[in-house]
Amino acid sequence: MMGEFDLLIIGAGPAGMSAAVAGAGMGLRVAVVDEQPAVGGQVFRAIESAGADPALRGAHADAGRKLAAQFHGSRGIQYFPRSTVWHIELAASGGDVSDPAVLSVLRDDVSQECTARRVLLATGGQERPMPVPGWTLPGVMTAGAAQILLKTAGAVPHGPTVIAGQGPLCWLVAVQLLRAGAKEVHFVETTPAGRIARACLAGGWWRGLPLLREGLGLMREARRRGLKVLRHAGGLRILGDEQVAGLSWEGGEIACRTVLLHDGVIPSTHISRALGLAHRWHEAQRYWAPAIDAWGAASHPQVAIAGDGGGVGGWQAAVAQGALAALDAAHRLGAIEAAQRDARASAPLKALSRALALRPFLDRLYAPLEHAAAELADDTVVCRCEEVTAGQIRAAVKLGAAGPNQIKAFLRAGMGPCQGRMCGTTVAALIAAERDVPAEEVDPLRPRAPFKPLTVGALIGQPAKSGRLHASDPIREELGHRDRAQCAAPRHAMNSSCP
Amino acid sequence: MEQFDALVVGGGLVGSAVAFGLTESGMRVLVLDEGDVALRASRGNFGLVWSQSKGLGAPHYHRWARTSAAHWPALAARLAELTGIDVGLELPGGLHFCLSDAELSARAGMMARMRQEAGEFGFDYRMLTRQEAAEMVPGLGRDVVGASWTPYDGHVGPLPTLRAFHAAIQQAGGVYRPLTPVRKIDPAPNDFRIAMPDGGVARAPRLVLAAGLGNIPLLPALGLDCWIAPQRGQILVTERVRPLLSMPTLNVRQTAEGSIMIGDSKEEAAFDSLTQRPAVMRNMAERAVRCFPWLAELQIVRAWAAVRILPKDGLPIYDQPARLPGAFAFSCHSGVGLAAAHARVLAPMVAQGGLTGDCALLSSERFQHV
Amino acid sequence: MYDLRTDVRPATVDLLIDGRPVAVPIGATVAAAVLSLGLPYIRRTPVSGAPRLPYCMMGVCFDCLATIDGVPNQQACMVAAEPGMRVSTQQGARSVSGADGHDG
Repeated sequence: MMGEFDLLIIGAGPAGMSAAVAGAGMGLRVAVVDEQPAVGGQVFRAIESAGADPALRGAHADAGRKLAAQFHGSRGIQYFPRSTVWHIELAASGGDVSDPAVLSVLRDDVSQECTARRVLLATGGQERPMPVPGWTLPGVMTAGAAQILLKTAGAVPHGPTVIAGQGPLCWLVAVQLLRAGAKEVHFVETTPAGRIARACLAGGWWRGLPLLREGLGLMREARRRGLKVLRHAGGLRILGDEQVAGLSWEGGEIACRTVLLHDGVIPSTHISRALGLAHRWHEAQRYWAPAIDAWGAASHPQVAIAGDGGGVGGWQAAVAQGALAALDAAHRLGAIEAAQRDARASAPLKALSRALALRPFLDRLYAPLEHAAAELADDTVVCRCEEVTAGQIRAAVKLGAAGPNQIKAFLRAGMGPCQGRMCGTTVAALIAAERDVPAEEVDPLRPRAPFKPLTVGALIGQPAKSGRLHASDPIREELGHRDRAQCAAPRHAMNSSCP
Repeated sequence: MEQFDALVVGGGLVGSAVAFGLTESGMRVLVLDEGDVALRASRGNFGLVWSQSKGLGAPHYHRWARTSAAHWPALAARLAELTGIDVGLELPGGLHFCLSDAELSARAGMMARMRQEAGEFGFDYRMLTRQEAAEMVPGLGRDVVGASWTPYDGHVGPLPTLRAFHAAIQQAGGVYRPLTPVRKIDPAPNDFRIAMPDGGVARAPRLVLAAGLGNIPLLPALGLDCWIAPQRGQILVTERVRPLLSMPTLNVRQTAEGSIMIGDSKEEAAFDSLTQRPAVMRNMAERAVRCFPWLAELQIVRAWAAVRILPKDGLPIYDQPARLPGAFAFSCHSGVGLAAAHARVLAPMVAQGGLTGDCALLSSERFQHV
Repeated sequence: MYDLRTDVRPATVDLLIDGRPVAVPIGATVAAAVLSLGLPYIRRTPVSGAPRLPYCMMGVCFDCLATIDGVPNQQACMVAAEPGMRVSTQQGARSVSGADGHDG
């Protein structure tokens, strides 16, 4: 048993760390469970070890280090790294909600349990899957992946690199790679013409001037460092046989060995979907996000969500949301009064508002292409794990598969180890396009436990080493004997013809 | 008014097998189905074609299961011929492991009784020692003391089967309408009407209710009582493994893709296919590892629960209400094992207008006489 | 193909990938080690044998599966490289230790 907690936080990124520090500060018994070996999530990945890398310098890195130090310095937080939640049993919604939630966690190759009175999902986001013909070739990664590689290993791509897609991360990664010594970086930007005007109409961007200035500064630095930008590109195709040889678009082509794709960030809803929480459709950015209130409380009374997992807002918003979720948790669990909660919420609310000021503008400027699914070439792999193409999915929709779960049953799309994380959104968009209905009318894929794989041995509490066959194991001998035997199994001795 | 030869309510393994069989008899069929997120027991099917445990005390059911197994190779060949889909049928026989002497002798007793009850129909089986069982499978666990084996058993992919049925039905001119839950049936002898959501009406002289647990609200319209209840089963599926287990066993089998499925749990669980219980998953996994210790190192990449249709005595229900000739209501679990009988024996009977033989003995009238 | 910047992040962790020695900084993942070695693939898929390298580097895509110290299908991007680690690229579906996949 890992323990009994008041507040169990899944994820040690900015939202998780912030909530943990705040919660522990109010006297809650807090646990943080995170699959990584160190804190930081993705935005602050390797923040403690990447330390003095000049390519990564900036206010963000400093803030991340400070938050990590605060987290580790905090009493009252039980931190479980390298631990993966694979099942959550919430109190039955009709039943007694004072029953704690029971979480099954994979740690040290064994499944363990803990209980919590409240669960905070701070699992962040993921890059929006961006299927492009050839995107499964060696040499293609996401822009975020290149950034993680730089953070964790200090590595930069060798040879010409093309960033393809759109979004603020493209510019940030370009700058960081160039600072780190990448020799030739191109940016093939897919944002259609006319978007800036439309984005300005969204309003509010003047309140986000500091962020806007920061972004413009990045763009200037990128260009100064030699980033070559091509705008309004369409019809992307990645070229190559067994690895990337280049990228082509309507009207152009470039030879390269590395392609970095990015089309924005979407909430990770794997666990929130598995729990059956209510979700709402984000119109501008065309993604599903859990339906939450201002404190992050979700549709089940035991669950809250903070950070990009509740709606993409960036790390500053995540820090503020973590604090708000902790305040609400403390109030619900009886540690503080409502008036105290409201008073203390004032600062994080202001920070949240500042952090999100530029969002409406960015969400519209970098909105995903609405007809991307309809324009996907038939031969494009959509489910990377099971290698199911867009054409096969369209044919199955014509056969009557009405939603992603039936597509999964017909074609296996979503049955691989990623459990639909990489294909679910595209499958739903393809179905919507084929059926000519709005994307939000297609029910999404319904994930199940285990949220991430665990071994049969871990499930039954049998540590891996004893489960593994050793050379001296008599069963291995038996198997060896079978290998050598040229036997017909006894079944052939039976008359197996049926009446 | 849309006129068909048969209306089939339910597009799962039972409904689509019957509908396919009806198209093979030359009928124009309309299959009505719910949407993507319905109970959908077919998606939870383990994939066994299994007779050895079926029909103790009910030899007609055992004959029915065996008949289906006998028809399966022809069904698989026909589906491949029509649609190009390989459903992955293999019938190498099947093993039922026993993990204690008590289990083994109980099993031996059951097999002997089944042979006796089968009479002239015959029931071929062997009780295997541990050594004999170990020769059929890789890495058999020490805890297995013996097994029963029959030549009739095997396994098949339930999902490719479902896909093949749907493809074949539509190829033959059948119509499949998903997202069309049936709320109300307007029945008359040899004349059945169902209102469509767009305001139209579908009409046919034959009606088949094969909607699994979805049959429950519709049975009263046919004057039938409800003798089915939900029972949840969970399944664990591992990462793909190179082929090593070609002999299916009751609760562990390797699929055509290479993943290993671990199954056979039973829980009373109402209409809840979403709750998964780690405790149940652990029990299933423990028994599986006792049979095959090497399973312990494999990763479970997905698991799910599905809700079976469980008739009161576990046997299928094939109803044909006397007051409404042309109407049929079918409820059963083991939709894959029985699919061949459903497609090739039951469906022609529906086309002809009357159930005969062993399936005529499986009406729900048997519950009235208890 | 990725270049390490050993002036900024000294490569002090030695491991073996398909028997080839490679050195990476502390904190680098096994996926990073594979990429820095410039290998053509980390695995060939069980479905079609297609070559794959790490894609998302954050545990979402499951494309970076490798055998690490004898355990197959580990997400290489989630495992920190450690001294003496033995990593193998993968060809298709895994086997079970002690069984070569042959069923008589």
